[in-house]
Amino acid sequence: MRFEMRFSGSGGQGVILASVIVAEAAVAEGLNAVQSQSYGPEARGGMCKAETVISRDKIWYSKVTRPDFLLALTQQSLDKYAAGLAPEAVVLADDTLSVPASLDRERVLLVPILATARERVGKLMTANIVAVGAVNKALGLFGEEALYEGVRRHIPAGTEELNWKALAAGAELVSDADAARFRRALD
Amino acid sequence: MSMAKKAVLMQGNEACVEGAIAAGMRFYAGYPITPSTEIAEQCALRLPQVGGKFIQMEDELASMAAVLGASAAGIKAMTATSGPGFSLKQENIGYGCMAEIPCVIVDVQRSGPSTGLPTSPSQGDYMQARWGTHGDHPVIALSPSSVLETYTLVIRAFNLSEKYRTPVIFLMDEIVGHMREGVTLPDPSDLIVNKRKASFHDGAYKRCYYVPEGQYVPAMKPFGAGERYNITGLAHDISGFPTNNNDQAGALYTRLMEKIDRNVDDIVRVQETMLDDADTAIVCFGGTARAVMSAVEEARAQGMKVGMFRPITVWPFPEGHLRARLPGLKRILVVEHNYGQMFLEVQRVVAGQTPVEFLGRLDGTVIPPADILEKLRRMEG
Repeated sequence: MRFEMRFSGSGGQGVILASVIVAEAAVAEGLNAVQSQSYGPEARGGMCKAETVISRDKIWYSKVTRPDFLLALTQQSLDKYAAGLAPEAVVLADDTLSVPASLDRERVLLVPILATARERVGKLMTANIVAVGAVNKALGLFGEEALYEGVRRHIPAGTEELNWKALAAGAELVSDADAARFRRALD
Repeated sequence: MSMAKKAVLMQGNEACVEGAIAAGMRFYAGYPITPSTEIAEQCALRLPQVGGKFIQMEDELASMAAVLGASAAGIKAMTATSGPGFSLKQENIGYGCMAEIPCVIVDVQRSGPSTGLPTSPSQGDYMQARWGTHGDHPVIALSPSSVLETYTLVIRAFNLSEKYRTPVIFLMDEIVGHMREGVTLPDPSDLIVNKRKASFHDGAYKRCYYVPEGQYVPAMKPFGAGERYNITGLAHDISGFPTNNNDQAGALYTRLMEKIDRNVDDIVRVQETMLDDADTAIVCFGGTARAVMSAVEEARAQGMKVGMFRPITVWPFPEGHLRARLPGLKRILVVEHNYGQMFLEVQRVVAGQTPVEFLGRLDGTVIPPADILEKLRRMEG
């Protein structure tokens, strides 16, 4: 089993960190994980794509070729990466985006990631952590301990409470019914 | 399992720094450049914690000079860069070869030439690693294909550099440098050779470059440790002072080349996977091996007899190992993220004995295993 995840958005939104945290959580659960990214030379803005491959087996090829999961935080990234998904792929996107006609709406989870970060958590820059919380609830990938460990290793000291709040707020964006529908066993 | 160390998620560039520090590297001078920047960042953080020094220099030329100076004074030293900076370091790398100053130069390759595609993978510096500095000179270059191997192999880079008193090129690429994977680091004490002789072979500074009969590597007291001697990029005699004496110059060049040539067996390492019954060998190095291994497993599942030949020591090229494989092979495919550089080395070694084909890419993306499989199918016809 090879589970391919793609995280996309605009440079500065933290999608690379989101992919790193998911990989970290996978390793904390004893799985194999390989994370990589591609971005332009800009420090902010520009398309940004990060990828995490998770498997119980040895992972050779480090890149994603047919994503089983896509996170999109900008219209540009949703439009670009809507193509080439695996048949059962789950798409998590911000609800301000319009879903390309080519995507099966049944497989798209539109939730207010950016608004939740800005208004409920109080900091837009936590959008990536909100997204991680939502992804994990939707797919049911990792136990809470591994996920928190993944976040803890990659946030500045003193921001724990803010990030726990963001993780919880993200999880709340996904209904139990959707979580049951999208659950992926990493077997 | 309960006694095993826990795996941690680590980036290739981080593993390079941790391996170097484990090997005893205590001086880093560099000028940050993508995709090697995390190496400078991590050195700035980690070296002061272990009593080492980090200096961000004004440019790559000065970085390389500072590394040579630190090493001449007896400290294990490293610098890291990418293609554009690697070009700038070349003159002083040659100085290191000529003056026999150990050091490790990390090149995390990106697409070139010039500033190229700064954040994209490439393996276009393979030939530059060999021929980047002018003049005939010996080169050792090692190339890792995983985060764990980056850690263990950079330690080996320091060992070889110290043993043969020569700059060692650690040829990484963006694929491995920027990749994170779960690793359980081994105990480095099994991997490290810390010895650098602290005195001259002859005991006398006036014969600092003297090498005993049958040996190839001089022993140098750290510069500034009490005895004065001369270091120069000019051809020199055993006192280290410049000479125009053709016999002495000839003897120096011969010894410099032979110290590597005569020790190829000690220096060269190769990964040979599923080759024993293979009729097709895929030759690759560095991060490209990731796609190749995926393709080899898939090809095997489809009944094709394919294996991988991966030079870990990329210079000197492991020609003896490859030649030994030729009788069993019907065809060879070389896969690289460039327009065919190691390909030329393979052609030279194979010398027409076996058909050699090439698959390359240089558009900022990584060659997927499916492309390699398709190429294999076409080759089998």
